[in-house]
Amino acid sequence: MVDHTHQDIDAATGTATTGHEWDGIKELNTPLPKWWLYVLYATMVWSVGYWILYPAIPLPGGQTPGILGWSSRGAVTAELQDLQAQRASMVTQLNNSTLQQIASDPKMAEFARAFGHSAFGVNCAPCHGSNGQGSKGYPNLTADRWLWGGTLDQISATITHGARYGDPDGHQGDMPAWGTAGLDKQQIENVANYVYSLSHKTTADVSAGQKVFADNCAACHGENAKGNPDVGAPNLTTRIWLYGGDKADLIQTITYGRGGHMPAWGSKLDPATIKALTVYVHSLGGGQ
Amino acid sequence: MSLWNKHAIFEKNSIILSVGILIVVAIGGLVEIGPLFYLKSTIETIDGVRPYTPLELAGRNIYVREGCYLCHSQMIRALRDEVERYGHYSLAAESKYDHPFQWGSKRTGPDLARVGGKYSDDWQRGHLNNPRSVVPGSVMPRYEFLADTPLDYAHIQEDMGVLAVEGVPYTPDMIEKAKADIKAQLSPDDPSMTDLVKRYPKAVAHTSLRSADTPTEQDALVAYLQMLGTTVDFKLFNEKANWR
Repeated sequence: MVDHTHQDIDAATGTATTGHEWDGIKELNTPLPKWWLYVLYATMVWSVGYWILYPAIPLPGGQTPGILGWSSRGAVTAELQDLQAQRASMVTQLNNSTLQQIASDPKMAEFARAFGHSAFGVNCAPCHGSNGQGSKGYPNLTADRWLWGGTLDQISATITHGARYGDPDGHQGDMPAWGTAGLDKQQIENVANYVYSLSHKTTADVSAGQKVFADNCAACHGENAKGNPDVGAPNLTTRIWLYGGDKADLIQTITYGRGGHMPAWGSKLDPATIKALTVYVHSLGGGQ
Repeated sequence: MSLWNKHAIFEKNSIILSVGILIVVAIGGLVEIGPLFYLKSTIETIDGVRPYTPLELAGRNIYVREGCYLCHSQMIRALRDEVERYGHYSLAAESKYDHPFQWGSKRTGPDLARVGGKYSDDWQRGHLNNPRSVVPGSVMPRYEFLADTPLDYAHIQEDMGVLAVEGVPYTPDMIEKAKADIKAQLSPDDPSMTDLVKRYPKAVAHTSLRSADTPTEQDALVAYLQMLGTTVDFKLFNEKANWR
């Protein structure tokens, strides 16, 4: 045990040593700097303030609430209310206006596009791409091609109710799997050749496929194969394809059918956000 | 010898030091952990939280096995930017049937606490097979093997039995029907699905890419992902009563 009553003072520095000696080397027992020590004590005193102001000490009946009544959940709720208050005047305008009014009023349209762009990034971009460009199986929203129609009201209906997602008002049409729904392999190949010929020059005889098309496909895609947005049947006469347009893709599509799903956002997003998204998507380039 | 020099006693005697450490850590534990067991406010009272269906549970086991929690959290903190991006902040009640919980602490990928229903099953499958196909900048590995691996659920009933011991309200009836329920949840138009929803409210049927008799691990994982954060109806949640 060190004898602190008879301190060993180091001659060179005038500081006490710990009293240990290792091969003639002694360790100085330099005290903590005063300023540092007092800052430490000050933080201890400061913490007492936190105990009083904020929730702190767990007791049998619950924690002490603190006189500020602060809570992390209350704080985030208040922050979100502030945010809503900030946006309130524009959001009220959106709520009280029709989509057409919003799109034609420059100030509202600008707000809606900015608001919509932000909501798009969070909710829509994972499928439709960060700029709405889409990818295989997920429609491109920047082109003048719409499965379910590209007017403001049609876009709004699609966002609100989704497609094949359990919402009774959502889009329901399915492309049947013709491989099990009545066409044999030869017929499928014929009709694939015919559909391919609609967007490519060909000299081959596609009349066999044309007959299969007229008997089976025209009901949804139309006699002229231009599609029908009421049932989500795409136009087959251009080279824009959702699931690929070479013959192998076409045969795959016809044999196994298609039917992408889009969530019904009406239950997740508030009406103003859906209006803003509608205006934003409409403005991406393909709005009708 | 002043009071301030008494620390020398601890520094020179390893047994006393060990006992001292134990006492200090025990006080910390008592103050920080102990109250969680008796404070009523620890777990909110809220309707809707239900045990996982057998298929979701099997999917959760794959989620744990593959270490998804190493990159994905399931905990939306009460911060404005998180609530705006991911939805309502997570409640303790929402993970009360999780053993172990999957809160995670690292977000290389996004939080998944409310990912359920946000994307379609097709998206989830495409994304698991090749994340780059839908999210070009993603660094997530490909999990396409899950689509080729048959789901092994031979022990799902034992699994539920253990969870029941830990406090998850699985009834003997639920455990007995577990294997049939896995098939039922993959048979959307089957009456057995209606029956399953009575046991597990808000359960959603999915379509296996193979068949309901030979489900894949991907089928189970998708069922799990698609239910995350969907059971609580926040319109009925009393925000103010649960401020803390």
